Amino acid sequence: MIQGQPHPGQELSTGRIDWITVALYAACVVAGWFNIFAAVYDPELQQSIFDFSINSGKQLIWIGSALVLIVLIMVVDFKFFEAFAYILYLIVLVALIGVMLLARDVNGAKAWFEIGSIRIQPSEFAKFITALTLAKYLSDTEIRFDDTKTQLICAAIITVPALLILKQNDTGSAMVFIAFILVLYREGLTPWILILGLAGAVILVLALVVPQLYLFIAIAAIAGLVFLNLRRKSLKNIAWVAGVALMVAVAVFGVDFFMNKVLQAHQRNRILVLIDPTIDQKQVGWQVLQSKIAIGSGGFAGKGFLNGTQTKFDFVPEQSTDFIFCTIGEEHGWLGGVAVIVMMIGLLYRLVQLAERQRDRFSRVYGYSVACILFVHIAINIGMTIGLVPVIGIPLPFFSYGGSSLWSFTILLWIFIKLDSHRGEVLRRI
Amino acid sequence: MRDSRRFVIQAIFIVVGAVYLIRLFYLQVIDDNYKARADDNAIRRVVVHPHRGQIHDRNGKLIVINEAVYDISVIPKKANITDTLEFCRVMAVSRQYFDSVMTQAAKYSKVKPSSFLKQISVADFGRIQDRLIDYPGFFYTTRIVRHYPHPTLANALGYIAEVSPKKLKNQNYYQQGDYVGINGLESFYEKHLRGQRGVRYVMVNVNGVEKGAFRGGKFDTTAVTGESLVSSIDLDLQLFADSLMQHKIGSIVAIEPATGEILAMVSAPSYDPNLLVGRTFGKNYTVLQKDPNLPMYNRPIQAVYRPGSIFKVIQSLVGLQEGVITPESQFGCVQVPMKCHEHPHGHNDLHNAVQWSCNPYFYNVYRRIIYSRPTGNNWRDAQVGLMTWHKHVKSFGFGTKLDVDIPNGQRGYVPDTAIYNKFYGKSRWQFSNFYSVSIGEGELNVVPIQMANLAATIANKGYYYTPHLVKSVSKGQPLPQYLQRHQTSIDSSYFKYIIDGMADAVRRGTVWSKARIDNIVVCGKTGTSQNKKGEKDHSVFVAFAPKDNPKIALAVYVENAGFGGFAAAPIATLVIEKYLKKKIVRRNLANFMIQRDYMPKSKAEAEAEKRREDSAAAIRKPLLKSKPLQPAKPRISPSKPIIVSNKTLLKNN
Repeated sequence: MIQGQPHPGQELSTGRIDWITVALYAACVVAGWFNIFAAVYDPELQQSIFDFSINSGKQLIWIGSALVLIVLIMVVDFKFFEAFAYILYLIVLVALIGVMLLARDVNGAKAWFEIGSIRIQPSEFAKFITALTLAKYLSDTEIRFDDTKTQLICAAIITVPALLILKQNDTGSAMVFIAFILVLYREGLTPWILILGLAGAVILVLALVVPQLYLFIAIAAIAGLVFLNLRRKSLKNIAWVAGVALMVAVAVFGVDFFMNKVLQAHQRNRILVLIDPTIDQKQVGWQVLQSKIAIGSGGFAGKGFLNGTQTKFDFVPEQSTDFIFCTIGEEHGWLGGVAVIVMMIGLLYRLVQLAERQRDRFSRVYGYSVACILFVHIAINIGMTIGLVPVIGIPLPFFSYGGSSLWSFTILLWIFIKLDSHRGEVLRRI
Repeated sequence: MRDSRRFVIQAIFIVVGAVYLIRLFYLQVIDDNYKARADDNAIRRVVVHPHRGQIHDRNGKLIVINEAVYDISVIPKKANITDTLEFCRVMAVSRQYFDSVMTQAAKYSKVKPSSFLKQISVADFGRIQDRLIDYPGFFYTTRIVRHYPHPTLANALGYIAEVSPKKLKNQNYYQQGDYVGINGLESFYEKHLRGQRGVRYVMVNVNGVEKGAFRGGKFDTTAVTGESLVSSIDLDLQLFADSLMQHKIGSIVAIEPATGEILAMVSAPSYDPNLLVGRTFGKNYTVLQKDPNLPMYNRPIQAVYRPGSIFKVIQSLVGLQEGVITPESQFGCVQVPMKCHEHPHGHNDLHNAVQWSCNPYFYNVYRRIIYSRPTGNNWRDAQVGLMTWHKHVKSFGFGTKLDVDIPNGQRGYVPDTAIYNKFYGKSRWQFSNFYSVSIGEGELNVVPIQMANLAATIANKGYYYTPHLVKSVSKGQPLPQYLQRHQTSIDSSYFKYIIDGMADAVRRGTVWSKARIDNIVVCGKTGTSQNKKGEKDHSVFVAFAPKDNPKIALAVYVENAGFGGFAAAPIATLVIEKYLKKKIVRRNLANFMIQRDYMPKSKAEAEAEKRREDSAAAIRKPLLKSKPLQPAKPRISPSKPIIVSNKTLLKNN
């Protein structure tokens, strides 16, 4: 069944573009640009925001090139993305393997191709390509999601690039692939995955905060209480209670093992510093503390644009990239934080709305992927600056300085805006 | 079901956003711990030191000025020198010096400034300044040090030095490293001279490098320059008096009688105050401390002598006031119990006795004062008489410290009943036990400034203003205590008899004939302060002039120079001539007195002097243009004011 006959020549019309999303995107990019300037501004030198020797001037170039990308995306046939998804996927896998063999070691990560002065990071492109690939695979009408084979293929599509990125020592980018769990949940994955994830997080925190012995006593006590309150003390029920208790206990051991054996020392510290901010004052502890000082000193209304002292004087590391939220918190206070978070959550909320109004599964899965990938970035990035999430080096979408990240988020989002603007032209395939 | 999942996902987004906003609210609004820590991080309080007040003489000439010196610092990370040899040549340092300082600096910090060269003088800095822009990473800072255009008044001025740990306790103004006045005017007027410190709040980055004013300087306070002092010193007179006291130990104090303002104050020997400035302070201080002639001893207020014959004028005045003598009273010049000088005895009244300083006359005067209320009991009468006399003498400012505006003065001593009770037992003494006081010997002790004050008191016919060195602080007035008139207990009508006698002592009396000045009636009294056995007596002279409406009163002490009429009197009249005529007519006498050497010469002292001259000569060596640049050194050459800096510094203030 064909719905909404497209008129000839309407393909490039902007009439169906969701301007709310575009406006939120533009607001984020411009606010980000001003904050990058504030982060690098040196009151002694009195630079201009357009000074190309500082990050704000360079970001302007990245923003300009992002506009070119937007135009390209809008010009390309909307069917291109679905049609070429698998090919792009193969290319990006090859690139991810190639980068490990060819790239130079930068800060412990082999993640960049260097062509002249331009550095290209395949993992940035892996995000939206994986999203396209997953969407393409799931849009196949033959697919039944409760089929184990389907689930395994989905898992493979997601984990192969994630593992390759993890192998590059770029843990942050790899963790972003967790976002697809939420996408799959929307597409029918059992909710247990979320409940188990939440339970795992609770156990992780408890295992770190409470001494192991107390935890075991607590587990035994709860299991005992549940057992006493069982209505039917059948063998099956008893086995269930014992099994769950045992699993929890094993998980607690697992946390200990994970912390001490799996994680490297600096990764372990990033987690431990959340519980005790006084440890590791030279490295991660310093970063988190300085970040909290910068944000905390902003107060309710902030110190004013360019009046921050903590971010621009290098107390906070990576002020214009991963810790850009510190500048917002310091100079614009809680009100600035509210504005940014409301703006970003609003964007995510809108993206879910848009995804739900798609007529085909491909666009919907891709739309959810965009929202969830952005969500993981936002949650991890802001969370680490306020000491709620371990320090993981991933950028704040649209705000952080850097060409690769701005390009990749722009492509990620605008492909969906493009798809959404053509939603009337696709066959309803669901 | 699918719709509910959509809402679950949207709920997750919103919950995370809300949790973050609550966390932010806690960090930013509730917990204000972070604000203080941010300020600790990035805002530094920098104290701005004000320029210290300068000191002028009574005619506006500068005695103490501030001079700029330049420190050159380096930030190793920014320093990029392509031609090290050329750089060393510009800076006039050796390659070894360069290497060692740069290594030290890099070791201390790559991004914080380290000192490269310290205290470069204005002249030397002029050569460097233009080249400095070629060398990024090197920059200069200006510092102010005290400078004295004339090497005079060292002890009266005092000096400044870093505040001692002892003084840092129990006060809350000074901080470690602050400079504070020590001795002299620098100490007495410290609160006026020091000005008011300012505070700047600057932002610093993570490496402690300054990044400009915090909030555009909104919270800064500017430093207020210290008040300038106008001294009562007449610099020309002072320098001339200094020259007269060359090769001599002693002091000159000249006072304007009508105000108590000190016109000149010489302590000989002294030192160049520029020696106690800047880097050479420590070394020079030790040398000065070890000098056997005690150049840091401020003789006008610290040296204690017997007054000698000069005290006879006080005995006369007390006698007249108590009514025990009249101007016509005569006493025979019998040589018992004390001898007299050769003088015409024909008509030995009070005038004659003062003119010729007749010892037996004043023995009798003092005897009459002590026994002025005879009851038949000499022991009791002596006590009553002594205390009556004591009270009169005290009213001249003797026996108590004159509150001059420089610290550490001595009191001198006027005997009372207590001391003789101690010597001889209570009521076990009478006049015969202390008659030598009658001619200014015995237990009497005075300091030179008290004697100058005596001359001023006689010139004023019975009152004085406490002598002081500063005639104007902030509001054109001296400190209030120097405006207070002190009246002696002697009626002003009695002074004319003494003054006439003093005038004749100079005209035709005890004073050396060459000491007289044409056209100026000088009233003076010689004294010879008895010394330890085997050493020559000290030559003392007090005088004022002119006789009518006196403008200057002074006391001159020359140690080990013998009779007062010969050494001290000509020096005193030369000072008077210089002050009243503004020029010296008696050039030969002046040159003679300048050349005259009264320094005690033992073998050890002669050697010490040679050493001193050697070290002084080493310091005196001028800075040669071609020589490696050295930090600014105090200039010692007299009468060579550093004119370059005066104007600029005035502007700076």
